[in-house]
Amino acid sequence: MRIYAVFVYLFLYAPIGIIVLFSFNAGRHASELRGLSVQWYGKALSNPFVGDAFVTSLEVALIVAILSSLLGTAAALALQRLKGSVRIFFDGLIYVSVMIPGIVIGIATLVALVTVFDFLNPWLASVWPEGVKPPQLHLGYTSVIAAHTLFTMSLVIIMVRARIAGMDRTLIEASMDLYATPWRTFYQVTLAQIYPAILAGFLLSFTFSFDDFIISFFVAGSNTTLPVYIFSSIRRGITPEVNAIGTMVLVGSLTLLMTAQYLMRDRGKH
Amino acid sequence: MVAVTSFRNVSKYYGDVTAAHNLNLDVTPGEFLSLLGPSGCGKTTSLRMIAGFDQPSAGEVFLEGECVNNVPAYRRPVNMVFQQYALFPHLNVMDNVAYGLRQLSPKPLAKEIDNRVSEMLELVQLASFNQRRIWEFSGGQQQRVALARSLINKPKVLLLDEPLAALDRKLRREMQIELQNLQRNVGITFILVTHDQEEALSMSDRVCIMQDGEIVQIGSPLDLYDRPKNRYVADFVGKSNFFEGVVGQMNKEGVDIKLDCGVSVELIANANTNDYKVGDRVCISVRPEQLTMVRDENLLSKNIAIKVRARVMNRIFLGEQTEYLLHNEQLGEFLALSSRRNELSERPFETNEIVFVAWSRDTVLILDGDE
Repeated sequence: MRIYAVFVYLFLYAPIGIIVLFSFNAGRHASELRGLSVQWYGKALSNPFVGDAFVTSLEVALIVAILSSLLGTAAALALQRLKGSVRIFFDGLIYVSVMIPGIVIGIATLVALVTVFDFLNPWLASVWPEGVKPPQLHLGYTSVIAAHTLFTMSLVIIMVRARIAGMDRTLIEASMDLYATPWRTFYQVTLAQIYPAILAGFLLSFTFSFDDFIISFFVAGSNTTLPVYIFSSIRRGITPEVNAIGTMVLVGSLTLLMTAQYLMRDRGKH
Repeated sequence: MVAVTSFRNVSKYYGDVTAAHNLNLDVTPGEFLSLLGPSGCGKTTSLRMIAGFDQPSAGEVFLEGECVNNVPAYRRPVNMVFQQYALFPHLNVMDNVAYGLRQLSPKPLAKEIDNRVSEMLELVQLASFNQRRIWEFSGGQQQRVALARSLINKPKVLLLDEPLAALDRKLRREMQIELQNLQRNVGITFILVTHDQEEALSMSDRVCIMQDGEIVQIGSPLDLYDRPKNRYVADFVGKSNFFEGVVGQMNKEGVDIKLDCGVSVELIANANTNDYKVGDRVCISVRPEQLTMVRDENLLSKNIAIKVRARVMNRIFLGEQTEYLLHNEQLGEFLALSSRRNELSERPFETNEIVFVAWSRDTVLILDGDE
């Protein structure tokens, strides 16, 4: 390997390595290493705020992953049936939503949601029966899930589309020919062929949602996800505890990503 | 006897494109029928209409006497062998073959499915392979799995869409024989789509020749070879030399045909010549093997329709036979086939040699000429 490549990798990954290293710091300052210890992991795991944020992130990520795999798969299957320019148009939209920076999605979703809430809340109050407290729409759990799903659904669509495109269309005819009804053909052939992509999309969506800071920061309202918690705690200074949380998130995400990669690999067939 | 499947005035249009036009066809139970023609002649469309993947734009498709136009593919008692086999890559051999049985309701018992699968794999000589993954198989083996899979439900008709096109020549020859034997053993009606005339002629009981979405002629291989209906069939089934001309004189004994090149051919009157009258444009078809080639013109018999001098342009050694490309100033280039056993000369003809070529008065076939 050429020397500059080494530098590029060093530049990219050294900071992450340092975080991992410092998470095992026995001392209480982030800048100096004083022996190794796992005490900060213990501290992080017993911190109720971390625990709450972690549970919130986990719940959000799980729901986002489920929603985006369901909606994304359905959309991918439907897109496959579209023809010509309509398909190109929707394909374009999907890639646009993947390429738009997170901060734009964050701000756009925030503005959109606030506008809708401002419009809907008075209307709900006016139509609600007298004496019953009308529901108040506000930013929170649901808005984070919606904003994340918007983005991750596109990932699922792209992955499932790739899988469907690689699928032999005559397999569906072969299945119909062998007396399988359209519904049975769908789950015995189509689903059986594309489920690795759906599963990979699920894991990727989960990882994305769990790790996302920017979008959550804008639309989470009073609910704190783990990345948002980490961000707010750094403002009080970087402690080895933050490093420990970061390391745990890193390991979890990498595991999921590698699983997704494994599922999407091209299996030895010709 | 009720035809196992029939077409009644079946047409299929894709927008402006006519894939099939006014097809009428009756398939006898137990026969091996081939649909033969170049790509785009409508043979695959016809097969897909029997399978139920395509619906006719007009006309009716019958299965065992019942119109199945509105019956979906998964309810038709026919099965198909696809060109690229279309085996399920996520299933092993056993599960691929058992697929059709498992869709039945009520589903057969696991034990019965096992027995039937083993029986089928034995039939296609693949016993003891049932746990293998599909992609571990060679093309020929995949072909057999596809056959086993489509035969397990004992279909009324087995549809084969160019099943041998992906195999190499030697393997294709073996599979042709195997398919023929298989068809006789199971007694199921086979409909084979192919563009390979040799394949169609060697395997089938009847061949249906198609052109531009229409059926041109249906008949036994021998019929088609000896009595082609027109130049297209004669050209498609085996090789032939064609010469255009006009019917000249005609009487009870014979017909005189004046070829456009100026040569005159005398033929014996028969059922074939009776279809034409004086002045009709015709095309005479002479098979290369019907030509006699000699060095010494005295060796030729008297009963010949024509005798010409020709130069040997090219020689292709085919083993038992040799094919010669000959040139005559008036007739142009034409082919002659000479088998060693019947050769009147003691040694093969050489390139550039001048030879005498003749054909007998009763072997020539008259077909409709170009308008």
